[in-house]
Amino acid sequence: MNSTPKNNFSVSVKADRLAFDDTVLFEHIEFDLPAGEWTCLLGPSGVGKTTLLRLIAGLVPDVENVQVNCSDGHTLESRAAYMAQQDLLMPWLSVLNNVMLGARLRSENPNKERALDLLARVGLASNARDLPAKLSGGMRQRAALARTLMEDRPVVLMDEPFSALDAITRVRLQNMAAELLKERTVLLVTHDPLEALRLGDRIHVLAGRPVKLDEPLTPSGTAPRDLHDPAVLEGQADLLERLAAADQEIAA
Amino acid sequence: MKALRPIIIFAALVVLWQIIVWLTGAPHYILPSPGLVVKALGARSDVILGHGWITLSEIILGLILGTVLGSISALTMGYFRPARLWLMPVMVVSQAIPVFALAPILVLWLGYGMVSKVAMATLIIYFPVTAAFFDGLRRTEPGHLDLAQTMNASRWAALRHIRIPAALPSFASGLRVATAVAPIGAIVGEWVGSSEGLGFLMLHANGRMQIDVMFAALFVLAIIAVTLYYAVDAGLKRLLFWLPETQPNET
Repeated sequence: MNSTPKNNFSVSVKADRLAFDDTVLFEHIEFDLPAGEWTCLLGPSGVGKTTLLRLIAGLVPDVENVQVNCSDGHTLESRAAYMAQQDLLMPWLSVLNNVMLGARLRSENPNKERALDLLARVGLASNARDLPAKLSGGMRQRAALARTLMEDRPVVLMDEPFSALDAITRVRLQNMAAELLKERTVLLVTHDPLEALRLGDRIHVLAGRPVKLDEPLTPSGTAPRDLHDPAVLEGQADLLERLAAADQEIAA
Repeated sequence: MKALRPIIIFAALVVLWQIIVWLTGAPHYILPSPGLVVKALGARSDVILGHGWITLSEIILGLILGTVLGSISALTMGYFRPARLWLMPVMVVSQAIPVFALAPILVLWLGYGMVSKVAMATLIIYFPVTAAFFDGLRRTEPGHLDLAQTMNASRWAALRHIRIPAALPSFASGLRVATAVAPIGAIVGEWVGSSEGLGFLMLHANGRMQIDVMFAALFVLAIIAVTLYYAVDAGLKRLLFWLPETQPNET
């Protein structure tokens, strides 16, 4: 069951210049997603994190200035799963059918056993037949996580997937995601320094306008890092200061 | 209480009607009392119900045709971008012409029979269904479409599995409006030229000062319209099983 797809390739992202409505979001940024690691892009709201993630996911058509290269020479297309801030569950499909949505959209035979197994692993075994409306926010995001895992892609792109949850649920889901997405190449976009420090192997701070990218931070220890870890707490304070400084820069 | 409410409202309206008859002393050929209407309904029931059946058939056929054509138009416009650019202005222009003004022409072209009335009802139903369904198809949650794209869904698969179900609530509001206005099409068609149907019966009775029969026909028409509306509403609620229980849409 624990079939981790081949993820022995890293991904490099290069954005030359990207502007929307006269606002230059990026001017030459470059970073790597090392194989099997979590890379976090940390930045304040409105800095262009989501745009960057959508560009990498190939969701923005006709943008030539962004290059996404995989070290094995293939493209990233069809090899990245996407998890957004909203759970994006279809309200008319049961939780189980939501998890199997990808197969349905590709007219494939869905692997129901695997879907049920994944639901069990996110603690939703007894909710397979429920409609999403019956679930709490945390449960819905867990169903979205199961749907992401169901796609079984080597790269997972996550856009603030836990930011709409309450603090306790968020910590639980971070633990669950760290466990279930171990060994996959993950790009996590977030505005929460604590989240980045708990989950990231490498943390890039996105700051300024246009965005500058500093050398990545590499927290020690394995994810999910403990909330009491002094290094995590200290790192959080540092990152908050950097974000605040960047915020002032934009305002000024 | 919920089940009794319509009955109480109905009874109150009948009482109010009777009071107005008493207070104004209106002659029975201007405003017949509820009793006279019930008597006419009883005495002429076979005639009234026969005409009622014709009108009901016209409305239902119009509803089916209008919904099918409207859905096809909405889907075509939702799927093919050029179709949207060419069809939308045509639809708006078609709506600028009042259906009532078209009635004589339709009767001229399609005859005095049922076809011209079904065409009228279809015309009047087509626009609300098309407009509402198309609007729903256009306003799919962008995140859902992003997700579909990362899952390698074809445009057709995204339409079928995401955009259409997501647009069904809008389609339902359009169909509710259409159901409420559908009888207008059939009745106007019957007024302009026909030999059967409740509209014809009302004109006929009016000409002979049989105002009680006119009211009886109006009553049957109201029953048909209300029953149809609630039947469609119940069907739509079943279709949209995932939506939280809501009040029936006011139209």
